[in-house]
Parts: sequence; structure tokens; C-alpha cells
Amino acid sequence: MYFDSLGAALAMDGHGVYVWSAYAISLVVVVLILLVPRRRQRRFLRQLAGEQKRQQQGPTTGLEGS
Amino acid sequence: MWSFFHKLGSPPWLYRIAGTILRWLLPVTVLALCVGLAWGLLYTDPDFRQGNSYRIIYIHVPAAVVALAGYYVMAIAGAVSLIWKMKMADVALKCCAPVGAALTFIALVTGSIWGKPTWGTWWVWDARITSMLILLFLYLGVVALYEAYDNKEAAGKACAVLSLVGMVNIPIIYKSVDWWYTLHQPASIKFSGSSSIDPSMLYPLLLSIAAFYALFTCCLLLNMRAEILEREAKTGWVRKLALGDGG
Amino acid sequence: MSAAAQSPGAARFCLVLLRRQLTLAVRRPIEIGNPLLFFAMVVALFPLGLGPAPDQLAGFAPGILWIIALLSNLLTSDTVFRSDFEDGSLEQLLLAPQPLFLSVLAYIGAHWLLTGLLLALVSPLFALMLNLPTPALGTLVASLLLGTAVLSLVGGIGAALTVGLKRGGVLITLLILPFYMPVLIFGSAAVRNAALGIPATPYLAIIGAMLCLAVALAPLAIAAGLRISVDA
Repeated sequence: MYFDSLGAALAMDGHGVYVWSAYAISLVVVVLILLVPRRRQRRFLRQLAGEQKRQQQGPTTGLEGS
Repeated sequence: MWSFFHKLGSPPWLYRIAGTILRWLLPVTVLALCVGLAWGLLYTDPDFRQGNSYRIIYIHVPAAVVALAGYYVMAIAGAVSLIWKMKMADVALKCCAPVGAALTFIALVTGSIWGKPTWGTWWVWDARITSMLILLFLYLGVVALYEAYDNKEAAGKACAVLSLVGMVNIPIIYKSVDWWYTLHQPASIKFSGSSSIDPSMLYPLLLSIAAFYALFTCCLLLNMRAEILEREAKTGWVRKLALGDGG
Repeated sequence: MSAAAQSPGAARFCLVLLRRQLTLAVRRPIEIGNPLLFFAMVVALFPLGLGPAPDQLAGFAPGILWIIALLSNLLTSDTVFRSDFEDGSLEQLLLAPQPLFLSVLAYIGAHWLLTGLLLALVSPLFALMLNLPTPALGTLVASLLLGTAVLSLVGGIGAALTVGLKRGGVLITLLILPFYMPVLIFGSAAVRNAALGIPATPYLAIIGAMLCLAVALAPLAIAAGLRISVDA
């Protein structure tokens, strides 16, 4: 490892703020683009399952069901 | 060979194969990202001229490279969708755009942060960053055009045309901006290590680039799976999947 | 309508279309005047915003004039196909036997004659208001003539893709501005060099090359876009 200690790694001779903030922002975006589609898929499947269960319970109010 | 293409057009097959690929590609991506970035961040020597701030290169360059490549992937998917009328190519096209835009955003932000210690200002209208900015506008244009159409099939076709027009224009835009920049700033500052990059810096950079390509593919496949489910919501296999999964 | 009449050849059809577009436009002179009025008013905005110092204005004048010409073009780009889309004549055009490539060129040609050409001819007046050195005026007109033709063609692509949308107006701006940028870069560079006394022919040649590329390729994209919009 180039740096002697954790403190040195964080400070990076004064450039640490820039380097770490750049990495942090990028990490946040990367995590977002990985998680958002997953969540979208799960939410959709949950919604569809709920819809189907409600349909299976049969028409209770006499409204047109498919 | 043709049966492969025929299968590519089938939503359930594509959904399953994307899932299989993701099962091993996701861990590989995460691993490659961690190794590549940690290597560049902590285990390489600082640059002679720029000091430690050059370490941002390990995110900035891969993001920029993949963002540009992603536009071409999107345009090719558009061409496939228009020529062979494959609906799944439409789906690929639609899913490329937000991922590409996110990567372009990363490239812009890291480029800007890198610029501050190097040139003293948060934003420099140099050729590379200006071209990245225009690429972001091109991506957002595709996203906006898709959302504006009510008919999703027409939306896919329109975005295919737009991304093909963009593909033709990107070299023109790049060259124009490059020329424009040299016109106004004859003594351009080159990022150190662009021509004679030290191998110790090159290898983590290559690994990071590969990791970002893998990341793009993962995000594309994840988005495509979600999009396929939504588009095929009325079909039997999706409804069965929902009951088996989301219950 | 005689059933035995032969459908006109492609060239004659284009001229007929061109004449039709021009006639329709001339009946509403305000719409021709709007972009020119816009040009005039925005020219006034820049000294108001930047300060009236003559040499500063002169330095920025090439860029200012080109940007305003670009924005004026942007304003009118949406209208190329819209009225014909709304009354159904666009659908008829798509069904016509004449090649859509040439028909589209007729529409864009009419658009350029009514916006770009007039802008280019009127620009010396505003250039003088911004203290652009006189040697550059000729180059300004030439660069605008060539450049606005490219802008009309590229704008037509955006118009074709958004003509069917209800809220297409602002979207078209987002779509075509990136493609306008290379034209802006070389157009303003041409005028700036002419103002400095350096020959601007290389830059005009580059814009000319862009024009050739646009004439060859843009109608393909416009035709595809029109089909998508009408079928949607």
C-alpha cells in the first residue's frame, strides 16, 4: 500500500477531499443503478400477485371481473 | 445460428437467460470494481505532476469510455429493432438510455472534481468535458422522447431513429468540440500519463474499465428484466411468475 | 379529378409541394415575421445584459449573432409538419407514390426559404448594431445561408419525431440542440476569423460539407420519423 496509515490515505496530501468525494458520489450512483431496476421488478411482481389474488377471491360486489 | 436470434426475440427466454447471466455476472462485477478501484486508490504511486488527485482517473476514464460505448450499443439495438423489427431490441434500447446517462453523469462529476485541484476551477470547458456534457444531453433526449410517446412501440421506433442520428453525429460533435477547444486554448493541458502511462497505473485502469463494462451489462440486463415483465404483464408466464414469486 | 391523369413525376411533385408551402406561409405574414422579430429583440438583450461597451460587443458579436439565429431557427422548427399533420395531409403524403425523400426536401426547402434565408439577409443590420467589423458581414451572410440550411434539415428530424406528440414543443429543443452545436462552432468561427481579417473559406467549406451530409441523410431520418408519428 502506498499510504502509511489510514489517516494518510484519507488525507492524500490535501487531495483526499476531492478523491474521496468523487469516489463516494460515484459509488452512490452505481449502487442506485443496480438497485433501482431490482426494486422496480419486485414491486411489479408484488403488485401483479396482489391483483391476481383479488381476482381469484371472486367478484364480491357483482362488478364485471375477467 | 438463426434459431438463436429467433430465441432472442422471445421474452420469457430472454428473461430467463438474463437471470442466468446475472447470477454470475453481478458478483464478478462487484469483485472487479472493488479490486480495480482499491488497487488504483491505495496501491499505486501518485502521479508526478498531479499528486494523489489523479486517482480519480480510475472512475472517470472507465465511466466515460463505457458511457460512449453504451450509446453505440443503444444505436445498434435501435438499428436491429428497425431493420429486423425485433421488439426485444426495442427493450434493450430503452434500457440502455438511463444507464448510459448515469455513467455520463459520473464521468462529468468526477471530471469536474478532478479539475478543481488540477486547474483550480470546478468547471473547465475543455474538449473532453464539453463532449461528455453533450453526450449527456443526447442520452436525456432519448429518455425524454421515449416518455413523451403514449404508444410504447412507436416510442421504441422513434428512439431508435434518434439514437441512429446521434450515432452519426457523435464523431462530428467530438471533432467539432475538439477543434473548437484547440482554437481557444492553444496550450492545452494534457492529462499526464495519457501517452506514456506507467504499467503500474495502466493495469488497475484496464481492470476498472472492464469492471465498468460489466457493470453496464448488469444494469442493462436488470433493467431489461424489469421492462420485459411490465410489457408482458398480461401473459401467462408472467402471471405465474408473480404468484410463485411475489406471494 | 380526372381518373386518367397520370401522377406527376417526383421533381414536378416537389416543386408543387414547395410552391404550396410557400403560398400557405405567405398567407400568414406574421408567422414569417416572428423569427425576425425575435432576432431583433434578442439582439437588444445582449447589450442590456452584457453592457454597451462597443469593443466588448464587437468581440462577442459573431457568437451572439449565430446563437440568436440558431434560437430563431429552433422556434420555427416545430411548425414544419404540424399543420399538415393535424389536417391529415401528411398522411396523404405518406401514401403518395412519389418518393418521400424528395417530398421531405421540399418541405425543408420551403422552411429554409422562409426562415434561414430571411435571417441571413437581415443579419447585417443587426451585426452593425453589435459593432461587427464590416469585412465580416459578407462571411456572416454566407455562413448563415449555409448554416441555417443545415439547421433546417436537422430541425426537421426533431420535428418529424415529435409532430404526433401533444406536448412536443419543448421536447424538440432538447432533441436537436446537441446536433446544432457543430454548426454553431464552425459558423461563429468563420465570422470571427473574417472579423480578424483571416480568410474564412475553410470554415465555410466545413459547413458546406455538413450541408451535403445533411441533405443526403436527414431526409431518411425525417421520412422514418414521419412514418412513426403518423402510424403511432
